[in-house]
Amino acid sequence: MKRRDFIYLTGMGAAASMIPAIPVIGNPIDPAKALERVDVTLKKRMADVALNAARSKGATYTDVRIGRYLNQFVVTREDKVQNIVNTESYGMGVRVIANGSWGFAATDKTDNDSIAKAAELAVAIAKENSRLLTEPVRLAPQKGYGEVSWKAPIQKNAFEVPMKEKVDLLLGVNSAAMQSGANYITSLLFMVNEQKYFASTDGSYIDQDIHRIWPAFFITKIDATTGKFETRNSLSAPMGMGYEYLDVRPQDKIQSVTTLYKGRYDMLEDAKAGGAQAGEKLKAKSVEAGKYDLILDPSHLWLTIHESTGHPTELDRVLGYEANFAGTSFLTLDKWESKKFNYGSKIVNIVADKTQVGSLGAVGYDDEGVQCGQWDIIKDGILVNYQTIRDQAHILGLNASQGCCYADNWGSVQFQRMPNVSLQPGKDGKSVNDLIKDVEKGIYIIGDGSFSIDQQRYNFQFGGQLFYEIKNGKIAGMLKDVAYQANSQEFWNSCTAIADERDYRLGGAFGDGKGQPPQSNAVSHGSSTARFNGVNVINTARNIG
Amino acid sequence: MAILSKEEAKKILEKVVGFSKADGIEAGLNGGDGGNIRYARNSVSTAGEDSNVSLSVSVNFGKKSGAASINEFDDASLEKVVRRAEELAKLAPENPEFMDPLGPQTYGPEAKTFIESTAKITPEYRAQAAADSINPATKKDITAAGYLEDNRGFNAQMNSKGLFTYNQATGVNFTVTMRTNDGTGSGWVARNFNDVSKLNTAEASQIAIEKALQSRNAKAIEPGKYTVILEPNAASDLLSLMLNFNARQADEGRSFLSKKGGGTKLGEKLVDERVNIYTDPWNEEVPTANQAGGLPRKRMDLIKGGVVSNLFYDRYWAQQKGVEPTPFPGNRIMEGGNASIEDMIKDTKKGVLVTRFWYIRAVDPQTLLYTGLTRDGSFYIENGKIKHPIKNFRFNESPIIMLNNLETLGKQMRVASGGGPGGGGSALIPAMKIRDFTFSSLSDAV
Repeated sequence: MKRRDFIYLTGMGAAASMIPAIPVIGNPIDPAKALERVDVTLKKRMADVALNAARSKGATYTDVRIGRYLNQFVVTREDKVQNIVNTESYGMGVRVIANGSWGFAATDKTDNDSIAKAAELAVAIAKENSRLLTEPVRLAPQKGYGEVSWKAPIQKNAFEVPMKEKVDLLLGVNSAAMQSGANYITSLLFMVNEQKYFASTDGSYIDQDIHRIWPAFFITKIDATTGKFETRNSLSAPMGMGYEYLDVRPQDKIQSVTTLYKGRYDMLEDAKAGGAQAGEKLKAKSVEAGKYDLILDPSHLWLTIHESTGHPTELDRVLGYEANFAGTSFLTLDKWESKKFNYGSKIVNIVADKTQVGSLGAVGYDDEGVQCGQWDIIKDGILVNYQTIRDQAHILGLNASQGCCYADNWGSVQFQRMPNVSLQPGKDGKSVNDLIKDVEKGIYIIGDGSFSIDQQRYNFQFGGQLFYEIKNGKIAGMLKDVAYQANSQEFWNSCTAIADERDYRLGGAFGDGKGQPPQSNAVSHGSSTARFNGVNVINTARNIG
Repeated sequence: MAILSKEEAKKILEKVVGFSKADGIEAGLNGGDGGNIRYARNSVSTAGEDSNVSLSVSVNFGKKSGAASINEFDDASLEKVVRRAEELAKLAPENPEFMDPLGPQTYGPEAKTFIESTAKITPEYRAQAAADSINPATKKDITAAGYLEDNRGFNAQMNSKGLFTYNQATGVNFTVTMRTNDGTGSGWVARNFNDVSKLNTAEASQIAIEKALQSRNAKAIEPGKYTVILEPNAASDLLSLMLNFNARQADEGRSFLSKKGGGTKLGEKLVDERVNIYTDPWNEEVPTANQAGGLPRKRMDLIKGGVVSNLFYDRYWAQQKGVEPTPFPGNRIMEGGNASIEDMIKDTKKGVLVTRFWYIRAVDPQTLLYTGLTRDGSFYIENGKIKHPIKNFRFNESPIIMLNNLETLGKQMRVASGGGPGGGGSALIPAMKIRDFTFSSLSDAV
């Protein structure tokens, strides 16, 4: 891992603290270079050099990943373009099993000698690691697919869209927000193209082309008389799509207290609404702490699903591989073995999926050459499965991996990462209004905000972007200073209603962190709006003088 | 190749600057070697090494700028990277906030940031360090999960105004979590040094083992306001979040340092008068480079006697405000006291000892309210003694409120600030006793 190559999106002035630090691996390049591709026959030849070199040194299994990782950022604030960055990272990682242990090495020099040396180093490291081995690696069987390829079904490659179009969009967004009352706005477009080639001694040669896009803005509104300020972030989702995500279509809008977006995003409209809502937030009523029924929009609920369902069902956490950093999990194997652990109410069905079109996690094959699919994790409220990779499958009695292996770069070693993990829509034809009308005292939450959860994923606290009080089945006005705290199992058991598939939308994150050295993973979480009864809400207002 | 000498770096950079046809050019050479070993379930899970040198070039035509980089250093490659940056600059929109390259500066002496013994760490050293941590765990029915990483690197920069800098540094960071095999106890320890001879993973691991054993079968106590004794890592977890004294944010009215009705809290009392926080590149425990971005670093107070002493101005904002720009600090130092953790426990009638915090996230940027949880060793103190381990708490607290509720300052310790492995730099932070720290709910997590 070349941490010195990380480019952090800092230096963006005041808004920087409101934007998560985004680590990007790569070197700045000419944007036109992003459209060039590496020939597949050349990649196959390089892969074979590594496979043969590792085998000759005693590896019993080898896989090779040749990756070209392209990123483009456009960052603006108010009427200025702050930063345009194009990065590229190209190289190869070789992973082997020798003496029953894993070994890994990587190189950005792609001549035959350097490739063979990397493969030999991986074998040497595996042999060194085997000195402290307690149990040899057991890989689930995997057939070779021969020479195959997969491409994300995008309509418009974001790297081909002229820079002027992107800059004009963002400056237009900023202007719309300022006109509707914002004092400050930072907006950005973050685009990713992963060109990945995988080969293994199982006989697979897999070429894949993956695209992701994240348009976002961060608005601040200041009340000069009180000195208070409020923020409103965009309601977009990062998506596994091309630039078509920004092509506005009326059928992809959902009219609620604010416009919500499904599959396409109207950034201008959202910025205009955001400028006004930041002002409304300043004048909103501060919430009274207590128990409320919560109506959670998918633009908010994705993050709760991610933290309280996605992470605790990662098998590497359950087994203790993340004990020193990300943590372990309350969903221990005995709970799964009992086949009756009540993770949630009977209407809670959670599905893991690596194939969902437009999602961040969608690929044809994972980073150890396993064809991807979908499977139940929570079925009718009961824990039924986890997320696994090839060297874990035997622990669950599975004879195949679930395809959850991922590395964020050619220079990072692949390990178990979260697939898309989504709450299935309700089956009883309910609309969002049906959910709201039964609530006496509640809060409707839209957009993601502050988030925190313990290392075994029991206790969490979430904020949001927009909070609306519900009184006797009706929206009664905006609230502020809202955060809710719950225990994962109690929370999912308090789920009393889920809107149907008409409301189903994806949310997600580009930079889910795990591992040491840390790696980031992009993952989506879908849901329809859902209701949770009697959740503890705290008031977050404080005074520091 | 990974670590170039000052002369080697200068020679390459002079060529690069010489190739430029732009109005201005800034070139940076960074490189180094690093290694790591990770273990879990009492066995090594991954280990690796990397080596890298790269050249980044930024050029400008007026207020249009472009950047490019490369990892090849023959003359043709050096010229190519300059031309590529020039092409990008010509295509870029004007940035009204662009600042011309900085002229030559005068720097203080080089701090002792590069330690030969750290630069010479081998894969065998790392494997032994892991074994020294795993072996005592297995003897006590405990499972170890840990991570050690080390690096040795250099950076050099030169620009068309004649500025040149060169620095070298080494570092090593070690963390381990020890969990009892019955799943009821967990302990953690962290060590961060420039000089690996100060690192003893066996000694550090023993502390985490003891904490794991002592924290078994924790009891729940009611959430609420408690006196807490924060070990240096726990204190630093929260302090590091408040020390971004960004002047522009404060001036714009969207910072905890903004004042009602306009202006900033510069020169105003923010926290208890015993709080003194500063940066000093020449501190022997946490030495850092003598410059940042070409600006000379010097000892600078952030908080003196509880008063906000300085804010950070980047070059653009400094020009707007007619003040000197502030180099970004490489370390943070908070003055401590003489009390040991044991002394502070003895003086506590009722309180909580916190080893570390976890998953801290901002709740409100206006008040710097943060939420997070205790982890890996939380203990209830009664009448001057540790009474029993307690279940972990979620807190909702602001470091500003916390430093106003200061009771006692303890001894300083070097920590990796920023929490994660490798962290966001190093800090020298004391243990501290704080009254009325707000724990808002209980967690079942061990």
